[in-house]
Amino acid sequence: MSSFVREMRGAYAFVERNVNLMKRYWGWELVWLIYSLTNALAITYIGNGMSSITGQEIDTQYVVSYLLVGALIWQYLSVIFYAISEMIAWERWEGTIEYTFMAPVSRPTHLVGTTLFAIGYGIVRTLAILGIVVVFFQLNLGGANILGTILMLLAGSVSFVGLGILAAVLPLLYPERGAQMTNAVAAILLLISGVYYPVETLPIWLQKVAAASPATYVIKGMRACLLEGQPTIELLPTVFMLIGIGITVILLGLFIFRHVERYAKKSGRLKRSG
Amino acid sequence: MSTHRLERVSADGSEHSISNLHALKASGVRKVFVRKNRQKGQGRLATQEGGQWWRSRKRREQVIALESIDLCVAKGEVFGVLGPNGSGKSTLIRLVSTLLLPDAGSILVFGHDVAEDPFAVKRLINRVSVDAAFFKKFSPIENLMYAARLYGMNAREAKIRMRSIMKRLGLKKETFNNPMEHMSRGMQQKVAVARGFLTSPILLLLDEPTTGLDPHSKRDVQAFVREIREQHDATVLLTTHDMEEANRLCDRIAIIDEGRIVALDTPENLRALVPSRDGDKTTLEDVFIELTGRGFEEAEAKEVKA
Repeated sequence: MSSFVREMRGAYAFVERNVNLMKRYWGWELVWLIYSLTNALAITYIGNGMSSITGQEIDTQYVVSYLLVGALIWQYLSVIFYAISEMIAWERWEGTIEYTFMAPVSRPTHLVGTTLFAIGYGIVRTLAILGIVVVFFQLNLGGANILGTILMLLAGSVSFVGLGILAAVLPLLYPERGAQMTNAVAAILLLISGVYYPVETLPIWLQKVAAASPATYVIKGMRACLLEGQPTIELLPTVFMLIGIGITVILLGLFIFRHVERYAKKSGRLKRSG
Repeated sequence: MSTHRLERVSADGSEHSISNLHALKASGVRKVFVRKNRQKGQGRLATQEGGQWWRSRKRREQVIALESIDLCVAKGEVFGVLGPNGSGKSTLIRLVSTLLLPDAGSILVFGHDVAEDPFAVKRLINRVSVDAAFFKKFSPIENLMYAARLYGMNAREAKIRMRSIMKRLGLKKETFNNPMEHMSRGMQQKVAVARGFLTSPILLLLDEPTTGLDPHSKRDVQAFVREIREQHDATVLLTTHDMEEANRLCDRIAIIDEGRIVALDTPENLRALVPSRDGDKTTLEDVFIELTGRGFEEAEAKEVKA
């Protein structure tokens, strides 16, 4: 049997396992869906009420669309980030980490399987939230550049896969606190990346930090595509930059992961916790 | 040393070149862990109110898990590692499983170094540990299918094989699709044995596979290990603190205490080290007491205290 087929079977193991986890923990899935949905609605209602809050005439429709795009894109990117960054944490919680790490499956294969699931899951979940949200708010995407949106989303996915791998190192290094640390990383990305407000509203030093976050470019690009219909050709520099960042971060993540895995084997950290 | 080699087809259909001479060879293996101990009373600090509180500090200390381990396991042998809790048995298994790296020495599995060529080793081994670690909400079939896919097995063939092994281990068909969390400890451990054997490992690592099992489940698992030895082309490395189990299942036994092998021979030869007293048959515990100066319970109590 070719090693390619064997690796693909290995990658599919992670897709199937994660789908089974979703099925078995369907109650939690429902809770998180409701949480994400209400979160998106609550934030968008802030935009809806801006005129009432300020007592001034405001283009509420634009503010609502601005917030909604940010909420939905963040929803998608954070799903990818968490699905990948928690690939080690899940194994620790369930106690299966030793079995997965002694199986003849390479780490890139492990990652490919987790990423395939993460992207599929992220798309389904975001579409589900979008489907419900449009019942509450009118989202006018008549002039949107759909091709550019897809390109930007794919390029953003690559960079978030890389960030997910980097964050996945934390539960490998810190068996007890690693998973909490990944939450902190996600929270900082949310703060600095201009998800609900322009990055320019941040203090200067935070704006400089924001320039290092791929989410800043993805969200800005997505708003340009969806709300302003920016032509694809104008988006290409951002798309290529995001792909470049993504590939660099993925390679860096794999490199660090390999060394941390070796350190974990040296220090005896490859064991279950919780 | 001559290295007679042969080809073997594993569960995933791939061929491996394996040494026929030693299934496992450990030379001068040492493993030390660094443990952090929170020490109270170091660094007394004065507070503003004139009182004082104790600042706890973490002190690093080295714990020697294994020291100068040398052993060879022949192909097809059931090799036992017998010792009290905390003697280093599980560390040895985890080193062979590629989950730990030795600090010194080498471990070869059919000629492949666990530290230098872990991927080749992984394709030849599987393991059953004392705690049946599974996705508890998954059914046995879902858990075993996950394992089968990780080892590159064909799903259809894996399904047939897993059902057959589980039936052989006495698991009822109705339980195959129920969540593992609803199964007894004994049944979970049988699924763990099925998972270990599903991928047709040529070196099966059994880390206290019957600890905590009821007598009936224990007999079932032991019978299966004997069957592996008699009917299949597999080598078994079995760790246990059950003397009777070691005596019954193993071709040779290494007695391990505080990370060192204190004796290594066949069960008969080990028992022959100690003359029988009062006409009673010498047990492996008698041998352990003779060699270490203390009994198993005493050794385990010391470990807990440490």
